Amino acid sequence: MGPRDLARPYVAAFVSRFLQMLQYRTAALAGFATQCWWGGIKVMVFAAFYSGSAIAGAASSMSLAQAITYTWLAQGLLVLMPWLGDPEVAQAARTGAVAYDRLRPVDAYALWFARTAGWIAARLLPRVALMAAFAAVALPLVGLGDWAWQLPANAMAGAAFLLSVVLGLLLSTAMVMLLNVATTAALNERGIQAVATPVVIVFSGNLLPLALLPDAWQTALLVQPLAGLFDIPARLYFGHLSGWHALAALGLQCFWIVALVAFGRMAMGRTMRSLQVQGG
Amino acid sequence: MPHILVDNLRKTYRVSERDPGLRGALRGLLQRRHRTVEALSGVSFALERGELLGFIGPNGAGKSTTIKILSGILRPDGGRVEVDGRDPFADRERHVARIGVVFGQRTQLWWDLPVGDGFDLLRDIYRVDPQRYRKTRDELVALLHLERVLDQPVRQLSLGQRMRAEIAAALLHEPDILFLDEPTIGLDAPSKLAVRDFVRRANRERGTTVLLTTHDMHDIEALAQRVIVIGHGRVLADSPVEALRAQVMAERRLVVDFAQDATPPVQVDGATVHSRDGQTLVLDFDPKQTPAPALIARIAGAHAVEDIRLEGLAIEAVIARFYAMHGAAEA
Repeated sequence: MGPRDLARPYVAAFVSRFLQMLQYRTAALAGFATQCWWGGIKVMVFAAFYSGSAIAGAASSMSLAQAITYTWLAQGLLVLMPWLGDPEVAQAARTGAVAYDRLRPVDAYALWFARTAGWIAARLLPRVALMAAFAAVALPLVGLGDWAWQLPANAMAGAAFLLSVVLGLLLSTAMVMLLNVATTAALNERGIQAVATPVVIVFSGNLLPLALLPDAWQTALLVQPLAGLFDIPARLYFGHLSGWHALAALGLQCFWIVALVAFGRMAMGRTMRSLQVQGG
Repeated sequence: MPHILVDNLRKTYRVSERDPGLRGALRGLLQRRHRTVEALSGVSFALERGELLGFIGPNGAGKSTTIKILSGILRPDGGRVEVDGRDPFADRERHVARIGVVFGQRTQLWWDLPVGDGFDLLRDIYRVDPQRYRKTRDELVALLHLERVLDQPVRQLSLGQRMRAEIAAALLHEPDILFLDEPTIGLDAPSKLAVRDFVRRANRERGTTVLLTTHDMHDIEALAQRVIVIGHGRVLADSPVEALRAQVMAERRLVVDFAQDATPPVQVDGATVHSRDGQTLVLDFDPKQTPAPALIARIAGAHAVEDIRLEGLAIEAVIARFYAMHGAAEA
């Protein structure tokens, strides 16, 4: 079997889920509207925060313009936050259709991974595009250039950022896979979701740039896996990490992807061995 | 070597229990209670290549569990399973590439995808050669009359349409073995006939080995050469359909309506009284010992009779009696 044939089921699974999710235009527009609203509020909070003279100098690692850009980026990439398992997996676990995934002559983890990545990517791209159109193009046009989404520090930073977002997508998928496995084991996703949401939103840097959190925590904040979802891509975007530091940051994202995939595979293997498909 | 070999198969489930009501719920928070249910306690049978086997038994008898083990979804707790020389659970990926499975109560197609897109996805998941796939798909679509539903999302199909699509989906990779778990459940008569006809053809023309579970005895009569009756996780009978029918269908039933002014007899020689209601008497008899013409002649000769109807016992009734005989009816 050649590599193309080997990859065929997974590519097909990714594409099928991607195309299926693209159909949900209303959901994408609604999500975009919500994210604009929250983005606007966060931008205003930042403005008030930075205008307080006591703080303006202290938080010098990031200017107000950068904090605003950071906010729009965070809003655009919001679906990278892994606080929700793939609803298709949750439904399959509840109805027992998960049994059918065991009937496919493919690696079960890889198949779910591909579908989940397609699910995330299909929600990510339209929202990023809409957010860029709104915050980077529309706002300057109506004279609100001070509140706009600014370009990356330089071309190199932009390229590193794009690569880092792709890694962030894989990292997010690996985390959602853990939620998927936990959901399959527990047959219900709500409890897991309630615990995951606040942890993810703080430690990914989505709520506040991690650089604004206390200095003593900085090393720990940077190496923990959730930083790879948003904080690292953002630091690359602003050129706060460049050269060897940028490579190290991308390497860190790769490390967490490998580690979480290995852990997810093990957890899934255990869950599947004790799987009970009852009734019928 | 048999195509499918099952030897002394065992499987237990752990089910959680709690007392009903608030007190039960509160106690359940502190102390979980579990009970072990033996789904299979030593099931053995063998199936040759190209055979079509019907699997019947009351709800909870272990039919579906057997299929789930044979298809590699569940790991047995004991005993041996070999399908084409492979262990279904340990050798899952190679095993499932050669089997097709339909669970009548679940769907394997993607709910929001049009049927045709789901088929294409299965083509890639099973790595089927595209040319070969087109030929197989077109054949299946024609045989199962799926032309009109290919563009529709699965969630919009009727149950009959969905089941036909499910069966096509299970055969796109041309498996050697087909496991059908209650494929006719909930279907209307034309859909049932279509499914049966198709399964028969797959078995006869392609030589596909078929294992089918059902509660519909007409499925068994129409399809299976051999039937296994399972109850309480054991094999109660394993015989050709004809033999099972002869064994349990020995009895016939005679319904006699006596005239208004006649007095129905208390008993009749050569038959047992099943029930009586006014002027109507229902008799069961064994046609080998008392031929039906003789019995009818005897009754009509001695009494004023308005009508006589001879009935074979409905096969459902026969099977229910068989379950009861073996204490196999669901607790």
